[in-house]
Amino acid sequence: MSALAVYAPLLPELILALGAMALLMLGVFRPEAQEEAGRIMWLAVAVLLASGFAVLQGAGKQQLFDGAFVIDSFGRFMKIVVLVAAAGALVLSFDEMSERKALKFEYPVLVLLAATGMMMMVSANNLISLYLGLELQSLALYVVAAIRRDSTRSSEAGLKYFVLGALSSGMLLYGASLLYGFAGATSFEAIAAAARSPGAGQDLLLVFGLVFLLVGIAFKISAVPFHMWTPDVYEGAPTPVTAFFASAPKVAAMALFIRIVISMFAGVQPQWQQIVVFLAIASMLLGAFAAIRQTNIKRLMAYSSIANMGYALVGLAAGTVEGVQGVLLYMAIYVVMTLGAFAVILAMRRDGTAIEDISELAGLSKTNLPMAFAMAMFMFSLAGIPPLAGFFAKLYVFMAAIKAELYTLAVIGVLASVVGAYYYLRIVKLMFFDEAGQPFEPTLPKERAVQWVAMVLVIAFVLPIISAPLVEAAAAAARTLF
Amino acid sequence: MALTALFFYLFAGVTVMSGLLVIVARNPVHAVLWLILAFFNAAGLFVLLGAEFLAMILVVVYVGAVAVLFLFVVMMLDVDFASLRAGFIRHASIGAFVGLVLLVELIMVVGFRVVGKASDVVAGAAKAPASTGPVLTNTEALGRLLYTQYVYFFQAAGLILLVAMIGAIVLTLRHKEGIRRQSIAAQNARTPAAAIEVVKLAPGQVIVPSGERRG
Amino acid sequence: MPELLMTYLPIAIFIGVALVIGLALMIAPFLVAVRNPDPEKVSAYECGFNAFDDARMKFDVRFYLVAILFIIFDLEVAFLFPWAVAFKEVGAFGFWSMMIFLGVLTIGFIYEWRKGALEWD
Repeated sequence: MSALAVYAPLLPELILALGAMALLMLGVFRPEAQEEAGRIMWLAVAVLLASGFAVLQGAGKQQLFDGAFVIDSFGRFMKIVVLVAAAGALVLSFDEMSERKALKFEYPVLVLLAATGMMMMVSANNLISLYLGLELQSLALYVVAAIRRDSTRSSEAGLKYFVLGALSSGMLLYGASLLYGFAGATSFEAIAAAARSPGAGQDLLLVFGLVFLLVGIAFKISAVPFHMWTPDVYEGAPTPVTAFFASAPKVAAMALFIRIVISMFAGVQPQWQQIVVFLAIASMLLGAFAAIRQTNIKRLMAYSSIANMGYALVGLAAGTVEGVQGVLLYMAIYVVMTLGAFAVILAMRRDGTAIEDISELAGLSKTNLPMAFAMAMFMFSLAGIPPLAGFFAKLYVFMAAIKAELYTLAVIGVLASVVGAYYYLRIVKLMFFDEAGQPFEPTLPKERAVQWVAMVLVIAFVLPIISAPLVEAAAAAARTLF
Repeated sequence: MALTALFFYLFAGVTVMSGLLVIVARNPVHAVLWLILAFFNAAGLFVLLGAEFLAMILVVVYVGAVAVLFLFVVMMLDVDFASLRAGFIRHASIGAFVGLVLLVELIMVVGFRVVGKASDVVAGAAKAPASTGPVLTNTEALGRLLYTQYVYFFQAAGLILLVAMIGAIVLTLRHKEGIRRQSIAAQNARTPAAAIEVVKLAPGQVIVPSGERRG
Repeated sequence: MPELLMTYLPIAIFIGVALVIGLALMIAPFLVAVRNPDPEKVSAYECGFNAFDDARMKFDVRFYLVAILFIIFDLEVAFLFPWAVAFKEVGAFGFWSMMIFLGVLTIGFIYEWRKGALEWD
């Protein structure tokens, strides 16, 4: 038994993987499971929470398997955010799954397996574990995107996601093999040591490896110019699945991005900084301008998530403790805002069919004031209007960029968020000042719960009692990487 | 040594040529067959590098399973490949450009390291594995590492295979409606009491056996 | 030539000889055989009547499922080879790590069985 105690840091991942397998068996051995889908869903949420609890039990920095797996407070912070995002997305899927029976019982199982992959990504400290975690996550996501297989749009979303995801994996592997050629090892520490040697920045092998690796990860966080798949996949996938796509995988890929550039490429900061600055500027601008003309709310959220990844990358571009802290806070707040907004989008339902047209939100304040108010808070927060959480998220990343003397980047970021505010505020205007259309169906309790929890968090972030522990945890997490 | 070089150029040449034929072949089935040839030659290259196990796995998995899957998929799709090809020339320039960029990058990366010692590459690669210690076969060396030092990667691979299995079933498994399957256990467990129905008939009455009524 | 590659020499020679003979028999008819084609001779033979349509018909998508499940178990077996060869060296740890791996795939197998993916209809 004591020999197994060595693997205690792996407990959260083990809980997720074993839980997924147990639920798979439960689902397949109970023919009536389709009717009991709700119960499997609850169990999946319980597994995610148990895993989160196990994450919180850990302390300090530990390494396993010759350093292929690392867990530190940065990893713990990101893992908690991933697990909360996945649990929130699952709660939002209840209606779709148990009442409409549009999702199969495999859906929560695949979400759990994807979450396992994300945890492995967050803890990856070796090119091989990075790739395996990424593939475990991506494979489950491809399937989940196409899970409503009789719908052409869902299948199309799955196929597009798969083809572009495979392309990005190819790029990433190419980069990884170049880095292996450069350093002669796959562990991040060995590559970091090799990259610190004088003149490493001029080594084409390292530079090309770096570029291809970052391209592969930029695909996963859908940073411009590797964002093409995002609007189509978000639009085509079932809405609860889209809520999942917009939250947890982004956090995991961002964690990977941070760990790679901060700890693996610390020695070649000027080289990766250019790339991150470019990705940030392009994502912010494209996200802001392309979203203006959207009429489908899921596509709008896709461009919104692209822009948000750009803002998060502003903090990363700074490459400082404050910058990383800003990114961590940004991702945590982004997850809350996104899940809240999707809880509203899911509640847009009339006669049992989901409505995705933005114009249908017109006059929502007259028919369903609480929902309109919640949506307005999420939109204000995404637009970065004080004193909501989104404002503080942007504040932290922009301050970090200014401290790192990236003035142009910060100015472009502020300008882009002004442009972005236009389309967020347009939705608020639609809901409060336009003629009311037909009312939606009554909001389901679970969706209302997510809306309210997210809204309270977004509003209450201004109180130090809510924000201080989070800011402190993010700062502590960021410090472990330097 | 010359023989090794000869085999290297033979395998490499055939790989490149059959790779090219995969994309220009008119008939998709022929394209898959060329792909199989490319796999075989890649296996040959692996053998030259001393990676025997990888070579054999390439043949078993890629030729034996993946290529067969490709053939199935090609036959499953009722796609008019001629019309798919219509845009080929139009897009070929873009494709060629992307390919060229990648080629230049590859040459820049690899070229500057191996310039002047290209002749050693083949020889060096073939020599390296032979010089590693005593008689430890390729497969054994892999086995000693894979299940102990790399156990994390090994188990992760297992999970990925599980996801692949679930995914394939979720996305493609369909049961035809209204098919009567044979259930041997149910047939053996049948008793006369369950199978025979005794009905008293009045003269002239017509009945339908309950089994047929159920349809 | 390295020793390792020398062990492959017989198979290389074997393949070479097989190629030469096979190709010779395929090419020879082109050069020496009498060819006198006419439309009736080269058309598809359909037992007396004209061919209805193209012989290339669509395969059932179920073949795909069978093939992909085969690949997955093929890979599983591929992992068993090095394990079997190094069985004495990897010890109890290696044994149990393989058992866990097989256990995960057995879960998948049970799922596939219960789902009826192994039945044709």
